[in-house]
Amino acid sequence: MSATIERDGDVWVSSRTGTRWHVVCGLEVHAQLRTRTKLFCGCETSFGDPPNSRTCPVCTGQPGSLPVLNEEALALAVRAALAIGADVAPWSKFDRKNYFYCDIPKNYQISQFDRPYCTGGGIDLPSGRRIRLHRIHLEEDAGKAIHDRGTTTLVDLNRAGTPLIESVTEADVTSPEDAFDYLTALKEILIYVGASNADMEKGELRCDVNVSVHPAGEGWRTKVEVKNLNSFRNVAAALEHEILRQIQAYESGDESRYPVQETRLWDADKLVTRSMRSKEAADDYRYFTEPDLPPVTVSPSFLERQRGMLPELPAARRTRYVRELGLSAYDADVLVADRAVADFFEAAARISGRPKEAANWISNEVLRALGDAQTGASTIDDLPVKPHDLAELIELVAKGTIHTAAGRTVIREMLESGTAAAEVVERLGLEQVEDESQLEDWCRAALEGKDAIVADVKDGKEKALGALIGPVMQASGGKANPQKVREILKRLILES
Amino acid sequence: MASSDEELVRRTAELARLSITPAEAAHLAPQFARILEHFKTLSDVDLEGVEPTTGAFGLRDVLRADEPRASLTQDEALANAPERIEDFYSVPKTIGGDA
Amino acid sequence: MTVRFGGQVDAVALRNALDAGTGTVKDVVEECLARIAERDGELHAFTRVEAECARARAAELDAKRASGAALGALFGVPVALKANLCWKGGIADCSSKLLANYAPPYDATVVRRLLDADAVIVGTTNMDEFAMGSSTENSAHGPTSNPWDTERTPGGSSGGSAVAVAGGMVPIALGSDTGGSVRQPAALCGVHGLKPTYGRVSRYGLIAFGSSLDAVSPFARTIRDVARVLEVISGACDRDSTCLPLPPFEAPQPADPSRLAGFRVGVPKQCFPAELDAGVRACVESALQQLERIGCELVPIELPHAELAIPTYYVVATAEASSNLARYDGVGFGVRAGSELGLQEMFAATREAGFGEEVKRRILLGTYVLSAGYQDEWYGRAQHARTKILGDYLQAFEEVDLVAGPTSPCTAFRLGEKTADPIAMYQTDLLTVPASLAGLPAISVPCGTSAGLPVGLQLVAPAQEDGRLLRAAQAFELATDHHRALPPMLLGAQA
Ligand SMILES: [Mg+2]
Ligand SMILES: [Zn+2]
Repeated sequence: MSATIERDGDVWVSSRTGTRWHVVCGLEVHAQLRTRTKLFCGCETSFGDPPNSRTCPVCTGQPGSLPVLNEEALALAVRAALAIGADVAPWSKFDRKNYFYCDIPKNYQISQFDRPYCTGGGIDLPSGRRIRLHRIHLEEDAGKAIHDRGTTTLVDLNRAGTPLIESVTEADVTSPEDAFDYLTALKEILIYVGASNADMEKGELRCDVNVSVHPAGEGWRTKVEVKNLNSFRNVAAALEHEILRQIQAYESGDESRYPVQETRLWDADKLVTRSMRSKEAADDYRYFTEPDLPPVTVSPSFLERQRGMLPELPAARRTRYVRELGLSAYDADVLVADRAVADFFEAAARISGRPKEAANWISNEVLRALGDAQTGASTIDDLPVKPHDLAELIELVAKGTIHTAAGRTVIREMLESGTAAAEVVERLGLEQVEDESQLEDWCRAALEGKDAIVADVKDGKEKALGALIGPVMQASGGKANPQKVREILKRLILES
Repeated sequence: MASSDEELVRRTAELARLSITPAEAAHLAPQFARILEHFKTLSDVDLEGVEPTTGAFGLRDVLRADEPRASLTQDEALANAPERIEDFYSVPKTIGGDA
Repeated sequence: MTVRFGGQVDAVALRNALDAGTGTVKDVVEECLARIAERDGELHAFTRVEAECARARAAELDAKRASGAALGALFGVPVALKANLCWKGGIADCSSKLLANYAPPYDATVVRRLLDADAVIVGTTNMDEFAMGSSTENSAHGPTSNPWDTERTPGGSSGGSAVAVAGGMVPIALGSDTGGSVRQPAALCGVHGLKPTYGRVSRYGLIAFGSSLDAVSPFARTIRDVARVLEVISGACDRDSTCLPLPPFEAPQPADPSRLAGFRVGVPKQCFPAELDAGVRACVESALQQLERIGCELVPIELPHAELAIPTYYVVATAEASSNLARYDGVGFGVRAGSELGLQEMFAATREAGFGEEVKRRILLGTYVLSAGYQDEWYGRAQHARTKILGDYLQAFEEVDLVAGPTSPCTAFRLGEKTADPIAMYQTDLLTVPASLAGLPAISVPCGTSAGLPVGLQLVAPAQEDGRLLRAAQAFELATDHHRALPPMLLGAQA
């Protein structure tokens, strides 16, 4: 019977044998570079276009066609490498990876083998652990084979030739949580530096996992590759499942069940991995230097130009927001998670000179408008409200022209219609009423029949005033200056 | 010629997706062995410290601006395809990938 | 008056006559089609004659001339294309069953440039399947015959283009030279064949055999025509990353084109091996003396790694070919077999049914030399050996301006003579592959006949010195009459 396996940190313990199992795992991530055109031809990169409408002689592998490298792809790849502190090779070259499949039109993929453009680097996780990168290389994507329609497999080559970077970690990942955190951080960096949109749903980020387990103190065992992981959650779930499957297999003592070197596919519906094919001797990619592409050198000046285009990275921003701008760690996280939001925040904070208020308005109001049917905006840049609009609102509140509650009405109106703050205030007549006699009228009305409260206040229980302020604000349509209302109520009660 | 040559030919043919018959393998194997024997001079020379020549004699950094060029129409792209269904290439049913 | 060119009129003369108002392009094209109709039944140089296309083009060009527009450098000149050059108007089947009826959806850069120069493409020519062979016998269309003796091969792989010119059917034709595929048939058919410096001419649209060796290469009856074609088709191309960023070639205009005073011509002893045919040796030795008479100094030199050339070439070329030809799998183009099988089985069935024996042999060889466990020993060593071969030339060119020797170790051999023995066939490339491996410009020029069959003199120049090469070839041409010799079958047509 299977043993119960329990977690003890990153160690998995068998209840039956007491064996302490360690996990060795590496991740391979393919990210689509954010270029207009493909890696080796002038076809526009494509998502959701009619099948085979974005292809040319080059990306369909027509006889006689030849590749020419897209400079922007190289630039973006270099920027991604710099962002994770990797070493960009002074020269690199392309190689052919030869294998037969219907979605790769030349039956070789142009990739990089023994001279990748980048090696090393790493990403620090929130847990404090560091995942080192082994290498990153540039390569072209395959097309799409569609298996679920009719009695044949259909092939769409729109995606063929799309520029990818494939990053491979060292075997530093020791838990499903590490994998999840690493992917989250990597995605954030890629988006930040503008190298990739990294949208998993569009296939712009794809992850494969290599995993093996071994008893503490023993050598590494057979590694299994898991593919078809279409979300970070699936990566973590598949990894957990695969770790348990492997441990159970070894614990069974039945050698025929032991893990073999193979590729398994994650079935996200059934929550299992299943064997796709055995690797053994089947793979012989016969890599050799691509004779159609001369080598690529990255000059120091090219490197510096790309470095100059790097924005401040998320981790550095987060720290600065907390230390220098006085934001809470939570607010800093929320803002930094999306580079566009962080940029919006910084602009609004700079213009208004009030970072805390800017952070509050953005996290409480502005972000709520995203994905909202009313605004139809999916990113902060789609909104009609720009940083200087928000800064204007912040100033109106700070000067006391309107109070915070009215501000909420104003910002919602701004987000819906794009109208400037001052204009909304004027149109809705939200400017605070400062006129003493008007305020006094509202206060007298509110005191009507509230003898108990009046008595309490006279007894020195000033807190009781709160119950009166609400009705006054209501009567004023939210326009009364609450500070003044409090003063007037107090005076009227004490005078009575 | 030993059957190990035939085995080598058969395995290489599999890699190259050539479904050669046993008779062909038997015919090709001795030729193959003779050709390689004839090429043995390559193994005799001292190539210590020599850089490889891979083509593209001296060229480097040949790059293209990220500017779109016209694609083919679907019909142009698919015109030579042996089998087509709607606007797709059609191939025998297969599951899963190969790489 | 009609312009006749049945072996007598070269392309530049033809173009100039048309420019001067003599005759029409229509006349030229009809004359050309008539010659093809008359001779190609016997020679079988063409895989397809695109008569209607050529006639429509002629009408278009005559109208252009009538409009007074400036005429291109090859205005009205009929051209034949080897069947491995992509042309929207034609079929580029590489003489392979697998690629039967392949209609490229784009033009090769060289095709575009020929058309921009107002040339008329009249058809596609026979070749060894995917350019693999030295006799034009490995063709799905059957063999091509040598006009000098129709029982013999024209050489290969560009035999069809060589014969289209040698047989007086077109003044110029394009072939491709990977290890001698233009120079060797040029020698065996008695015409000029130039392999330019690697990268001088764009490969975009040339269906690849060995990518690091392939060169689009012209055949012509005069050096003036060779130079004109090179002027038209050469120059930087933004669709071929290995194309040199140079302006189009310009033919040199020496004061005295018949003299080569002070030229030092290296004569490598390795180019005169024991197996060299005695008649070839005699012709080439007298050609070398001719070079001396026009002012050259002959310098004995060494190419010490020449014996590595054949294995190096066959390892590099087949390795690249095994990958280049992987795309012929029955998915995007070509003829599929085994539709009823699984995907991978369909690939194998398609390739098994579609490729001929020599192509399969080379794919196997190329796959093997790249495969795990063998790559270092074969492909890796070949790349290093290639550097040695290149080094031999670099050293030689410290001392000499050109290297000269025979193009082919033998004259045209009989059809079927070497088909059973791949190694014997590979040996015919012995003298042409070194320049291919080194990426150097090389030309074969007619230098006489032996037992009634043409012999070629090969000249090799340093990289990018295509001009020097043509200058020397032209001086030799002017000093001799060899290029005027016509095959017996054409002599009756001379009137
Ligand atoms: Mg990859
Ligand atoms: Zn394309």
